[in-house]
Amino acid sequence: MPDLLLELFCEEIPARMQAKAASDLKKLITDGLVDAGLTYEGAKAHVTPRRLTLDLRGLTTRSADVREERKGPRTDAPEKAVAGFLRGAGLDDVTQAEVRTDPKKGDFYVAVIEKPGRAAEDVIAELVPQVVRNFPWPKSQRWGNGTLRWVRPLRSILCTFGPETEEPEVVPFEVDGIVSGNTTYGHRFHAPDAISVKRFDDYADALGKAHVVLDAERRRDMIEAGAKELAFAQGLELVEDPGLLAEVAGLVEWPVPLMGTFDKAFLDLPDEAIRLTIKDNQKCFVLKGADGALSNRFILVANLDATDGGTEIVRGNEKVVNARLADARFFWETDLTTVVNDGIESWLPKLNDVTFHAKLGSQGERVQRIEALAREFSTITGGHSSRTERAARLAKADLNSAMVYEFPELQGLMGRLYAEVGGEDPSVAAASQQHYQPSGPSDAVPDDPIAVAVALADRLDLLTAFWAIEEKPTGSKDPFALRRAALGVIRLVLQNDLRLRLLPAINLLILARCMKEPKAAFASNIELPNVANRSPKLAFELDEWRNRQTRALFQKNFTTGGIAKKATADLLSFFHDRLTVWLKDQGARDDVVKAVLGTEGANDDLLMVARRVEALTAFLNDAEGENLTQGFKRAGNILAAERKKGTDVAAEIAPNLFDSEEERALFAAVETASRDVPALTEQEDFNGALKALAALRGPVDAFFEAVHVNADDEAVRGNRLAVLAALQATAAPIADFSKLQG
Amino acid sequence: MTDLSSATPSHLDPTRSFQGLILTLHDFWAKHGCVVLQPYDMEVGAGTFHPATTLRSLGPKPWKAAYVQPSRRPTDGRYGENPMRLQHYYQYQVLLKPSPPDLQELYLQSLYAIGIDPMMHDIRFVEDDWESPTLGAWGLGWEVWCDGMEVSQFTYFQQVCGQECKPVSGELTYGLERLAMYVQGVDNVYDLNFNGRDGDERISYGDVFLQAEQEFSRFDLEFADTEILFRHFEDHEKEARALLEKGAEAMDQSRSDADPKGLHKCAMPAYDQTIKASHVFNLLDARGVISVTERQSYILRVRDLAKACGEAYVQTRDGGAA
Repeated sequence: MPDLLLELFCEEIPARMQAKAASDLKKLITDGLVDAGLTYEGAKAHVTPRRLTLDLRGLTTRSADVREERKGPRTDAPEKAVAGFLRGAGLDDVTQAEVRTDPKKGDFYVAVIEKPGRAAEDVIAELVPQVVRNFPWPKSQRWGNGTLRWVRPLRSILCTFGPETEEPEVVPFEVDGIVSGNTTYGHRFHAPDAISVKRFDDYADALGKAHVVLDAERRRDMIEAGAKELAFAQGLELVEDPGLLAEVAGLVEWPVPLMGTFDKAFLDLPDEAIRLTIKDNQKCFVLKGADGALSNRFILVANLDATDGGTEIVRGNEKVVNARLADARFFWETDLTTVVNDGIESWLPKLNDVTFHAKLGSQGERVQRIEALAREFSTITGGHSSRTERAARLAKADLNSAMVYEFPELQGLMGRLYAEVGGEDPSVAAASQQHYQPSGPSDAVPDDPIAVAVALADRLDLLTAFWAIEEKPTGSKDPFALRRAALGVIRLVLQNDLRLRLLPAINLLILARCMKEPKAAFASNIELPNVANRSPKLAFELDEWRNRQTRALFQKNFTTGGIAKKATADLLSFFHDRLTVWLKDQGARDDVVKAVLGTEGANDDLLMVARRVEALTAFLNDAEGENLTQGFKRAGNILAAERKKGTDVAAEIAPNLFDSEEERALFAAVETASRDVPALTEQEDFNGALKALAALRGPVDAFFEAVHVNADDEAVRGNRLAVLAALQATAAPIADFSKLQG
Repeated sequence: MTDLSSATPSHLDPTRSFQGLILTLHDFWAKHGCVVLQPYDMEVGAGTFHPATTLRSLGPKPWKAAYVQPSRRPTDGRYGENPMRLQHYYQYQVLLKPSPPDLQELYLQSLYAIGIDPMMHDIRFVEDDWESPTLGAWGLGWEVWCDGMEVSQFTYFQQVCGQECKPVSGELTYGLERLAMYVQGVDNVYDLNFNGRDGDERISYGDVFLQAEQEFSRFDLEFADTEILFRHFEDHEKEARALLEKGAEAMDQSRSDADPKGLHKCAMPAYDQTIKASHVFNLLDARGVISVTERQSYILRVRDLAKACGEAYVQTRDGGAA
């Protein structure tokens, strides 16, 4: 069966767009062919900076004929109906329709529409221009006098089609003046002339000879292998960077790795600054020695075999790298001078000029909030409070350093280095960097109490601020990475065993936002009254604030179910969603997490939620636990059914109405459990609490075995239902058992 | 491609003298049909601001121009102490409208003409989308790298002064000092040989510009009276608006049966005022007296003027209205 070769040759395609363009080309063409009734055996797309190529094999030469019958109105139907039918079926007049007879319906019209199959060439000639015109480039442009849009000017189209055994032919079509043909072009400098090709094999071959490596994967391998070889020869090791490797493979058609050297004196700069300077600006790789220290050599990747073996290219690149590093050193030294002479704090006032978000004020205001909040959290994390405050104050200072202005990726790292130079406490300095962690699900979580407090403050400020202005993530849109921030809070809390009641914390913060009175939030505290006791300053402010009129507003907002209340509930459930995802990733059952989160009023302490999930999971893995669950569910079902019917459930249990041992035994067991379970839960002994629940199993089984709940006597029935309700309530501190499955 | 080995006198040799580089580019682009213009007599931040680029890229009429334009970047003032950064430097600007299909090849030939052999140097087109918020303009293209150094900007204009570009112009901007440093093998811009002579006759870039860099750095970063500048900004903005209005009124009055649409009478002077406002804004920015939020609003004010000028220009003869 015949093969199709398609190449769209254009001016340089941005590296970052290449991979998607190749897969889009494949999908659009193959979908189009299949929609037209053709089939194919296989297709592979290739991309270089100057071409998008599709190699499609085993395409059917024709689509099958299609015969379709369309039923029309009766022959005696009104003229209008007949006309409409003819129009719809594409017939000129009624004689072209057949008349069929149905014993029940009588005579009616039938239009027989025959669609002959189409030659693959015709389908291709129609499809390719459509694909070219509607190609989903993230950004596209016009050029010259044309109206066509492409990522950069499209220069030629190669399109051949034919069986292996015969000479393939050009599929003729034209797009905005570009006529399809069978020619391509080699490397821009090595082989710029036109090359005529027949099919993929000789095409790829000819390109190879013309200094074009068509396969991106191969270009990547060539770069990696070449770079490693050059490094090895010098006793060095390549610092791998898959992102950079992919990018560089998208910048060249003929990769030639070369090694350059920069001035050793620049090794005084922080390693990351050197690496980023060389990577971001020059797309070069850095190398390290056997001792792990950065070397003053680097790998660049040229796009040609230069006539002088690359000497000039290396010299030019070395010059630029040295100049870039000189710039970086200038920034580094400028910053150091500032830190030494004026202190890191001299960067802080400038934060007031940097808008964080149009509705949320400046970075400076944000830092003030984080500072106050971090101080509160230090009582939870156990960090030294004034040091925590200091760490929060300095955490964003480096945003105004020259280095971070030049290399935004260095934020945090530079903060730490400058804080160290400035003689800050090591934990305070480290917090500048660590408070950004965890930056993703697999990033490490800090454990220094100071960094943890700042990290929590940073994220909770961010989340509550955006909830207060109702800019929450929707679908794939999460420009401020709020999901990541919530997961960060969860991981910080869980991995550091922190006790934090989220509800009052986020409630206060959101309320403060809504009230445009941010101070109020900090005048209050996070976990009344524990924190206030430990923080005299705070207690004072709290009193002062309580006396103010704003309190009335606060109360009103609190109780009237205004925006703050709604936003608070919504943010808590956002946390619950993130927590569910996280715990499930750790292997927890969905229903177990839901059951634990179903305990309203006790589900905002994330650590306790996780602990209960853990304990309940273990409990349910036991046969006894599983059976008890059945008992609870049965009780729950009966109660639900009776309540639905309107049956009275006694408000209080009357032991004198019991008429069997089983009833009395269950009642006694429930009484014990309702004393023990909350007490053990309070002590955070969840396994113990569940064991106490497990003691119910015997009495519950015996009860359902022997006792008929729906007794004829209404009082007896109501009393028995009350026992079941009490039974159900025993588990409430741990989980809502009705949410458990099976 | 032309043969480099032909004996070029050193004062004209692009690899020996700064002026030789300029003259070689003039010669090259003149051969390709460009009108070789002189710099616009006004302070601008980039060669793009020259009306030969900004305004001529509007409307349907073909246009080919090449010129050198001094670019003023007050924030880049370094008192003559930085070997590469200048508050005043030269851009070589080429505008071809419509962009020809072989624009990349023409550009590469021009590099060859100034001594950059593409078989010995690594020349690369690296994605760089261009946008000028103050001009209400954007385009797609690349920065061109030679051995890892950015030597030119290459842009296909899509929109200028808020107007869609039809046809599309191709714009080439060469950083002349950088290119000269490269082909002369010099690490400090002030060491460039300007006139291609040796010994006593040698004039360096520093001889020509060092004092100016020092003095203007003081002006840009310290001395400029910001109160005067704020006032100038307002004045230029006001004058631009007034000129646009007067030009439009004159257009209304000039309408006749023979010419029912009429032509705008004062687009170019209004554009001059816009350029002035833009440069004053750059000076204020360099003096650090514009806050982040204000900055955005100043940029928008200049953009509004540029857009209004674009709208007026397409109602003129050269803008294609007649």
